[in-house]
Amino acid sequence: MTTATLEKAAAADAPRKQKVILAEGNEAAALGVALARPDMVSVYPITPQSSLVEHLAKLIADGRMDADIVDAEGEHSVLSVLQGGALAGARTYTATCGPGLAFMFEPYFRTPGMRLPIVLTIVTRDGITPQSVWGGHQDAMTVREAGWIQVYCENVQEVLDTTVMAFKIAEHHDVMLPVNVCLDGNYLSYGASRVELPDQADVDEFMGEKDVNWHVALDPLRPMAVDPLTGGTTGKGPQTFVRYRKGQCRGMQNALAVIEEVHADWAKRIGRSFAPLVEEYRLEDAEFAIMTLGSMTGAAKDAIDEARDAGKKVGLIKIKTFSPFPVDALMKALAKVRALGVIDRSVGFRWNCGPMYQETLGVLYRLGRHIPSMSFIGGLAGADITIPHVHRVIADTEALLNGATAPTEPVWLNEKD
Amino acid sequence: MYEVRFHGRGGQGSVMASGILAAAMVEEGKYAVSIPSFGFERRGAPVVSFLRMSEREIRQLTNIYQPDCIVCVDPTLTKSVDIFAGMKVGGTLIQATHRPLAELTLPDCVATVGLLDAVKIALEIFKRPITNTLMLGAFARTTGVVSLDSLKRALDDSDFRDAGLAQNMTALERGYAETVVHQIERRAAA
Repeated sequence: MTTATLEKAAAADAPRKQKVILAEGNEAAALGVALARPDMVSVYPITPQSSLVEHLAKLIADGRMDADIVDAEGEHSVLSVLQGGALAGARTYTATCGPGLAFMFEPYFRTPGMRLPIVLTIVTRDGITPQSVWGGHQDAMTVREAGWIQVYCENVQEVLDTTVMAFKIAEHHDVMLPVNVCLDGNYLSYGASRVELPDQADVDEFMGEKDVNWHVALDPLRPMAVDPLTGGTTGKGPQTFVRYRKGQCRGMQNALAVIEEVHADWAKRIGRSFAPLVEEYRLEDAEFAIMTLGSMTGAAKDAIDEARDAGKKVGLIKIKTFSPFPVDALMKALAKVRALGVIDRSVGFRWNCGPMYQETLGVLYRLGRHIPSMSFIGGLAGADITIPHVHRVIADTEALLNGATAPTEPVWLNEKD
Repeated sequence: MYEVRFHGRGGQGSVMASGILAAAMVEEGKYAVSIPSFGFERRGAPVVSFLRMSEREIRQLTNIYQPDCIVCVDPTLTKSVDIFAGMKVGGTLIQATHRPLAELTLPDCVATVGLLDAVKIALEIFKRPITNTLMLGAFARTTGVVSLDSLKRALDDSDFRDAGLAQNMTALERGYAETVVHQIERRAAA
């Protein structure tokens, strides 16, 4: 259960009463941002993120959120404005997707290099062309090597809770990296669900003191060079550059433990628990498994329950944290099964398979196991991944378990929809 | 699990109606998810919205292909869209129309029908053919799945204010009061 309410261990630690509301994913993200009390947000609207920006503007206009909002002329400026804000000590936030993220790429790549803990929601959207304004993970997947932490949400409650947690993860002194909270365009962005809104006082206690520019600052009282031009091959150029990149890689690896700590702290204080890196669902005695990412997971869990009722020994592995890739946690899960089907909501053009499938092959290699596996691609440009689609994945993966030859091409789940 | 599919045209507020109904269900302590279909919605084009309700957490976030109930907020839509596609046997139709039941062509899967002359009432209340809140009243009256009081509270929490809120409250009440509910008796297949 991703949203299971934990038993309240002691009355003193019990979370305060939470208001139950109906919210779409974009509204839940905005409410999560407000709970985290940022000092500055900068925005440029783009489908399917637009209503998130509208909710932010309304929260600020209604006095429910005390932040400066900078309505910039484009996404490149949006993130550049936030870099200045973060360097001046502000907690900062924005959201974008698809072409907006592409336009943002230059400052986007710079942000983790400067170790600025900015939170950016990607309301995921498929890539153009052909023209599409609909959901898909292609935008977030395309920038997965830019050095941002990327976490994917399964449902609207997880969007709300993860948005708050993202600030805590980003600002942790062992991490100091920007975070993308990825929420699926359409099914999560516009899907309205029952959610519980944490009490502000509980969230304030969870967040603690803000400290975002202790390492690098625009501050007349302590002048410093920020983002220096390194020396190329002269002087200490090479080692300076390596020190930056190594630090980023160390921050990414540190994030794995911090993401777990922050989720555990959230569960304790707020009373809701989510698997921080990798969720194992009905995997204990499973012979084979399917792997999911994002909002497709709900229907996949329902399909797993039905397959279990039909006597199939199948489990599910959900990735929440995609960057840094949770290698150890995934090895632990994969060690339990003898065949694997991976569903991606985006395309890996270089390997002719889904990107998550390709990354998982690397984990299997490190694990030293060769198990039959195959790649499924579905849900592109807003297409639906339904329980029947997942049953097909289960059937094909079970066939692998029973000796069928794995295809060398991905299975396109919506090819005939 | 109870599944509802809303059919309407862009601008009539069927997506908003689906959201208000979901909020009313949450108000009653149920789990509800409302997902609009998507595209470049424009005024007048057919649009669809999906709503699931359950006593337990709803995990699947997908469109609805086999609804228990269909709410059609536009009287002309059946000419261009097969609103009954995938409907469960014994299902419920809630239709905005001025026609009596005998003049409607219904598939065998329909067992309960709620009819409301929503355009006429909307023109009286709003001076425009906006039928969505009226049809929510019709839904409550026909199905009993949600109470009129919960719908009123959900509407009160929505973005409607002042005169608009008062008009929509009237629409809810009149939709509830003026809907005619029919049970269709069918002989069992031989």
